[in-house]
Amino acid sequence: MKNKREVYLDYSASTPVDPRVIDAMMPYFREIYGNSTSSHRQGSLGESAIEDARARVARILNCAPSEIIFTSCGSESDNLAIRGAAWQARQRGKPPRLITSPVEHAAVANTITQLGELMDMETVIAPIDKFGIVDPTGFANICQGGAAIASIIYANNEVGSVNDLPELAAIARARGIPFHTDAVQAGGQLTLDVDELGVELLSLSAHKFYGPKGVGLLYIKEDAELTSVLTGGGHERGLRAGTHNTAFIVGMAKALELAYAEADERLARLRHLRDRLIEGVLTKVDGAQLSGHPDARLPSHASFVLPGIEANALLMHLDMNGVAASSGSACKTGNPEPAGALLALGYSPDEAQCGLRLSVGLQTTDADIDYALEVLAQAADKLRAMKRAVAT
Amino acid sequence: MSKRDTRVVVAMSGGVDSSVAAALLVNEGYDVVGMMMRLWSDESMGGAEHNRCCTPDQMQSARHIADGLGIPFYVLDTKSVFRERVVQYFIDQHRDGYTPNPCLECNRHIRFDWLLNHALALDADFLATGHYARITENPEGGWLLLKGLDPAKDQSYVLSVMGQAQLARTLFPIGAYPKTEVRRLADELGLSRANRKDSQDLCFLGNNDYRDFLRARAPDLMTKGPIVTSAGEVLGEHRGLANYTIGQRRGLGISFNEPLYVLAMNAVRNALIVGTRDELGRDELVAERMNWVSGKPPRASFSAEVKIRYRSQPQRASICTLDNRRVHVQFEEPQRDITPGQAAVVYADDVCLGGGVIAQFEGEQPMTNLPLEARDSRAIVPSARPLVAEGAQDT
Repeated sequence: MKNKREVYLDYSASTPVDPRVIDAMMPYFREIYGNSTSSHRQGSLGESAIEDARARVARILNCAPSEIIFTSCGSESDNLAIRGAAWQARQRGKPPRLITSPVEHAAVANTITQLGELMDMETVIAPIDKFGIVDPTGFANICQGGAAIASIIYANNEVGSVNDLPELAAIARARGIPFHTDAVQAGGQLTLDVDELGVELLSLSAHKFYGPKGVGLLYIKEDAELTSVLTGGGHERGLRAGTHNTAFIVGMAKALELAYAEADERLARLRHLRDRLIEGVLTKVDGAQLSGHPDARLPSHASFVLPGIEANALLMHLDMNGVAASSGSACKTGNPEPAGALLALGYSPDEAQCGLRLSVGLQTTDADIDYALEVLAQAADKLRAMKRAVAT
Repeated sequence: MSKRDTRVVVAMSGGVDSSVAAALLVNEGYDVVGMMMRLWSDESMGGAEHNRCCTPDQMQSARHIADGLGIPFYVLDTKSVFRERVVQYFIDQHRDGYTPNPCLECNRHIRFDWLLNHALALDADFLATGHYARITENPEGGWLLLKGLDPAKDQSYVLSVMGQAQLARTLFPIGAYPKTEVRRLADELGLSRANRKDSQDLCFLGNNDYRDFLRARAPDLMTKGPIVTSAGEVLGEHRGLANYTIGQRRGLGISFNEPLYVLAMNAVRNALIVGTRDELGRDELVAERMNWVSGKPPRASFSAEVKIRYRSQPQRASICTLDNRRVHVQFEEPQRDITPGQAAVVYADDVCLGGGVIAQFEGEQPMTNLPLEARDSRAIVPSARPLVAEGAQDT
């Protein structure tokens, strides 16, 4: 085989689990395995582990432990926030409107689209600038009509731009609109202090910050009212039924604590690697453009439009050389849609087929960046030469 | 160069033939990469599941087989070039009164140009496909394209568009096996998941008849026009030339004192020309856009065998080159179904010398008694509407 080295640059998609997190989780598979709702000792040990995790998570979010609801993933958290608020609004006769941005993760966008259709609610899309950042003035105008919920992404998964949540949340609050943010990409990298952010609802997923897949949380401000989506036993204040996934909840709390305890060191490192990537790509690939905001962006996230280089073929070239990357448009089926976020940012459909996302993480080294840049530059040259070679 | 250092990209479809081709290459020790082309996705004709090629099922099957073989597998988005070069060609040829064979165009423009170049750009030394044909070294230099060993499965007809540059970079791993042996190899190699059905018909038609496809995509091709005899006598009305093929007898919807057959089509007058059995068949044709596998014709004129349809037998003929890209073919016996748009492929025994596209018959049926441009304006060309339903992002 011709490839030798493996460089993973897709930390925005998922991260490896920190060994310290695995250690924290292990006792909850074999030793403390009881159902947290059971009255015996096994059950209460499980319950106290979960409540301990809740308190530790709450410290990071600067909220009360009772405001944290554990879920199975970020998508579930988004669904609970949006469906829960929409159903609540229906019950209470609030304005049947759903406010969102054009660059949301599918968990938010498709949920809102479906609710709009099934519940006959009006979907209102807030205007964004060329970086994908929601325009506060346009958002304020939209909020005038009231709404069941406003859901605006914290940091965009495709282009990495970070919204000004304190400003947007304040605008919504002034109109009595519950404000939700999908903070899945922001987890471990940006502040999650809900008091500072001013949000009523916030979704997180553990596997983006070196925790396990299959666990997430939703912050629900004390006075926010939601209708439950997953009904059953009275777990999680009756808002989310289902036996607690004790080990994973403990793992998420541990991962989140580590991320914020080590934030200074981690983020400085990530920014350094990200900036090397951005500079390298812009110099080595002709015509490369940075997509998303140059400054207000995630420390781990570099994204580009490489005109004339289709993401689908580029990702294949990178993978053949051991470099794992992603694109908003490429998919395993060879049936790519132009990256939704890039189209919303004003890129043409052709350009939106040429997006590339490189995201760095704790295991990334400077040598990895060098190698990835070299592979990327070669792949770009080969693909451009190939395009000229195809007679058609 | 050792096989371990020789990279081969194998075009996989999830079917038996390409799966066995991939497995044979892996077993020989090549550095194999699987690729599948996503050629077509037609939402308006019943969804992707109804395409006969590259359905999600076939993709999953190919991916599973690649995983089992321990090779990387990628799906390439080939939709736009396929639409332009193959599907549009199919429609345009019908519009001009031809009966096209899009598989040749696909091999010419997609498989052995677009895909081959993608493979070479990925540092591959060869592109392999699951075709039943063989490539051997020509003692006089260069490469020869040979029929597949299994005469019932030979696919050299649709590969007659290949030239030396393509042959030098192509492998047909199963071309030297009969189909029964390929099936046995599939079992032996544990490729039980491979799709057993042979691919037939045009992949982009799905389960639809080609006429339904054209009706939806190019309604102007369904413009009614006159059915006339070769002498120009109007006998009735046809439902659009694209509905008919040369030699067709049934479904003409006219009564006459003896059976009538489709002899030809006159696209300019939108006329379907019919005649009696005696009039059917001709012993000559002109082929255009001639490709010589070796790069040039063997001689200015020579005798050989010529195959005029994928499923017909090669027939003795003498070939005379008219110019660089055209030949005249004189058959020893009259052929019933010489069809403009189909390929005329020239063979010397097992060697495929090349092929071209059968031209419209010249110097006949001026049909000046019929009006010109009998059909609707060509403004309703399918390019006015997207051939592929381009899914819009939800938000």
